Amino acid sequence: MAKRVGMEVAIAVAEAVGMCNVDVAACYPITPQSHIAEHLSDIVADGRSDTEYVTVESEHSAISVVAGASGTGARAYTATSSQGLMLMHEILPIISAMRLPICIAVANRAVSGPLNILNDHSDIIPQRDAGWIVMFSENGQEAIDLSIQSFKIAEREDVLLPVAVNIDGFQLTHMVEPVEFPEQKAINKFLPPRKPYATLHPDKVVTMGAFAMSDIFAEVMKAKDEALKNSKKAILEVWAEWERTFGRRYRPVETYKADDAETLLITMGSMGETAEIAVNELREKGLPVGLVKLRLWRPFPFEEFRAAVRKAKLLIVTDRAVSFGGPGGPVYGEIRSALYNEKERPDVYDYIIGLGGRDVAVDDFTAMVEKAVKDHKKGLKKDYEFYGVREK
Amino acid sequence: MKKEKKWPEAWHEVKVGAMVFEPCSAREYLTGSWRAQRPQFNNLRCIKCGLCYIFCPEGCISQNAEGFFEADLDYCKGCGICAHECWPGAITMVEEG
Ligand code: SF4
Ligand code: SF4
Repeated sequence: MAKRVGMEVAIAVAEAVGMCNVDVAACYPITPQSHIAEHLSDIVADGRSDTEYVTVESEHSAISVVAGASGTGARAYTATSSQGLMLMHEILPIISAMRLPICIAVANRAVSGPLNILNDHSDIIPQRDAGWIVMFSENGQEAIDLSIQSFKIAEREDVLLPVAVNIDGFQLTHMVEPVEFPEQKAINKFLPPRKPYATLHPDKVVTMGAFAMSDIFAEVMKAKDEALKNSKKAILEVWAEWERTFGRRYRPVETYKADDAETLLITMGSMGETAEIAVNELREKGLPVGLVKLRLWRPFPFEEFRAAVRKAKLLIVTDRAVSFGGPGGPVYGEIRSALYNEKERPDVYDYIIGLGGRDVAVDDFTAMVEKAVKDHKKGLKKDYEFYGVREK
Repeated sequence: MKKEKKWPEAWHEVKVGAMVFEPCSAREYLTGSWRAQRPQFNNLRCIKCGLCYIFCPEGCISQNAEGFFEADLDYCKGCGICAHECWPGAITMVEEG
């Protein structure tokens, strides 16, 4: 039986990845991802894994190394944060276009400037259109589980896309939590060695990342879009198998007391746990509030999301990033457009919160909901606002 | 004879990752369609030095039986480098008609 242990989440993620029979890993340590990089290299140095660990001089090199490795058929892994992910950005769409199933952990951190090492989602959000599968974990156990699942999802013949697992920096990466590791034997069974679609090999020539002009480029982009949309089916199958094997259930949209809720909070990432407590408190006060948590950001789970919010009158989106000069928060923009064609749709308010590691406590959620519900009763149409920003 | 164009016509036919499994298939990509100007060789001035052949980035210039040079217009993309490098002035770039 799997044992429960107390462990820092970043270390636990590295441990889990160390059990995944990874062929090549290349990480450049960056706060708050460093513990993943450091511990993974420890695991390799200690001979506990036969992974080829490539020490690189930048994140651009890290992602390029794993891209090349993945092209040869290797199971490849990297992890990064913030500016590191921004530096990788150039390569990200190339990897998804070449359909290389790389897995990456993103220890979410604010993007400079001003320089900040604490958590928000402004690093992953700009990668939204890179063609990657993007999922969020809420706690340490999910960070482990999603990391293991990510290889299986990415490498499936009907997916072949890179997967990013988001783990909120510090709030999650540096917490010591009780976690449970699947047994190595069970992981081996769940995650057999990769069967590559094609490999770079001199005996069987293949060109990856060839040149394409306007006469075919749009068709290739359409094929990539369809591949990403279709990956949802495979993700659901992998999650179903995970549930059958390990008993823990994953859905593209997780709900908490949402069935009879008039007002729904929407979160992505580790804030969901705090929001649950707030929902309990608000329920005790008699407010019919629930919570919807986005696990899958790309492909966006339109059906599941619409089904989850169908009966609500008001959605309160919490965004940990800004789309400057745009619709406010990126999640907000996405959700409003997901609902636009619905005949009856709830009103949507947006709060931008928790930027650059600012605390988001239970009280913040209850205050936000109470204010929003009051404003909504008055019939106020609202756009986004920065919650808790000091004003004079 | 040139082979038929082999790339996919519809998005469904795009291979996974737009991978190319056939070696040397770049020769099927006729870059000549990019051209706005074509090189015209004046063999009265040509001294057969071969600089045009060396500098053509497309590698589409070759020597004929008489030792003069000519460009394969299926691939010549009209960059004009050959004309620039030909110091006796045997190559002029003319508007594609
Ligand atoms: S560079 Fe000019 S002179 Fe020399 S071979 Fe070419 S055409 Fe003739
Ligand atoms: S114009 Fe450019 S591509 Fe055409 S033959 Fe001259 S050098 Fe080659």
